[in-house]
Amino acid sequence: MIHQYKNNGYNIVMDVNSGAIHVVDDLMYDMIEKFQELSKEELIQAMQEKHPEIAVDVMEEAYSEIQDLKDQQALFVEDAYEPYIDEFTDRPNVVKALCLHIAHDCNLACEYCFADEGTYNGMPKELMSLEVGKKALDFLVENSGNRRNLEVDFFGGEPLLNWEVVKGIVNYGRELEKTHDKKFRFTLTTNGVRLNDEIMEFANKEMGNVVLSIDGRPEVHNRMRPFPSGAASYDIVMPKFQKFAESRNQTNYYVRGTFTRNNKDFAKDVLHLADLGFKEISVEPVVTDPKEPYALQEEDLPELFAEYDELAAEMVKRYKKDNEFNFFHFMIDLAGGPCVYKRLSGCGSGTEYLAVTPTGDLYPCHQFVGKKDFLMGNIFEGVKNNELRDQFKKCNVYSKDKCRNCFAKFYCSGGCAANSYNAHGNINDAYDLGCELQKKRIECAIMIKAAEAELDAEE
Amino acid sequence: MKHVKTLNTKKLCNGCGECQTSVGNQTCE
Repeated sequence: MIHQYKNNGYNIVMDVNSGAIHVVDDLMYDMIEKFQELSKEELIQAMQEKHPEIAVDVMEEAYSEIQDLKDQQALFVEDAYEPYIDEFTDRPNVVKALCLHIAHDCNLACEYCFADEGTYNGMPKELMSLEVGKKALDFLVENSGNRRNLEVDFFGGEPLLNWEVVKGIVNYGRELEKTHDKKFRFTLTTNGVRLNDEIMEFANKEMGNVVLSIDGRPEVHNRMRPFPSGAASYDIVMPKFQKFAESRNQTNYYVRGTFTRNNKDFAKDVLHLADLGFKEISVEPVVTDPKEPYALQEEDLPELFAEYDELAAEMVKRYKKDNEFNFFHFMIDLAGGPCVYKRLSGCGSGTEYLAVTPTGDLYPCHQFVGKKDFLMGNIFEGVKNNELRDQFKKCNVYSKDKCRNCFAKFYCSGGCAANSYNAHGNINDAYDLGCELQKKRIECAIMIKAAEAELDAEE
Repeated sequence: MKHVKTLNTKKLCNGCGECQTSVGNQTCE
């Protein structure tokens, strides 16, 4: 499968099944498009009509290069993975990551919050006890098989409303590491309201990553992330986040915002954060009921695509300069990256990754919490709903008609099961608006890599 | 080659499960 596109002056050709990515000239771009359907003579003739200024021997040369790439298994490679998909879905049940809902309560009243200020579809406001937290870690260790690297994310609501329990769970995890051959990676997501020096110091010692929620420009942030009283939160949290990011040496964190229909010019929010000194930035499209006035609509796509293009071009301009930064959705690893198994299975929700409520109930991921049909069991008795687990286990890029022939499948892994369910009532579908944005972001990310390679070659 | 520059030479690795929960920017562990 081939995907080819033009962006920011670059002609890019992706060979999807091998993972090879090529930057080509105009002639080769046009030849690759017709290479499989025309004979050599027909192709040369077609190119003579389209590019009369180019000599035939140059066309012969380009044709030969395409054939070489094909012989090297770097173009027109067939899918070698789908025949093994049945074995793939028979893999053993292993849990390697938990999302601990440490607090089903929040001190902000964000308009777009999928968690309803921490109450998740009408659940009571409550905090996780240390006993439940410890039991969750025991459950993880017991169900992790031979996996050594385990992950625990402190999520909410707002986790800092239950900070003493967070610390207790981390300390318990470090004790478990000594008695089991396991390594915990703890992460924390916070709105920053309660951040202080003591919390930063502990987090810098123990948290592999922290996610700091801020939407960008003050007026954008304050419109969607007020206190319950309606008061603005930007001036409260921004100085704390700047201090926190600096204290982590500008690594192992993200400032993370949400853009909505209110700020389709979201590149300005990204650059606002970058110009304040943040180096690790994510600003992501809201996913919500399409009836909400701030929900993104299909008709917004051209505007959003242009915004991603503008942001990508700006990042190229800043490459290797003091004001460069990382943008989460443009980060792509072409030289390494995960293996095909991982690319096919994605996040592992409902199988390798589970969410735990304050009382110990298990759900496929944080996005499903509170949806009664998705209750999987609890940390005391384990996973009881094996039928549901099997549904998630069989969820992969080949189980989704929209994904099987999509060029982005090995970079996106079939998208988010929760978004698919919310859009179509089925985890094996795909959230169409999200797909279009994801494909655009992958195209931009690869263009940035092409531009960086060119700039490196000029040095 | 005159008409093409290949950006990546490493083909997809055709698992151990030790990598982080996520895919495009993930590192193999």
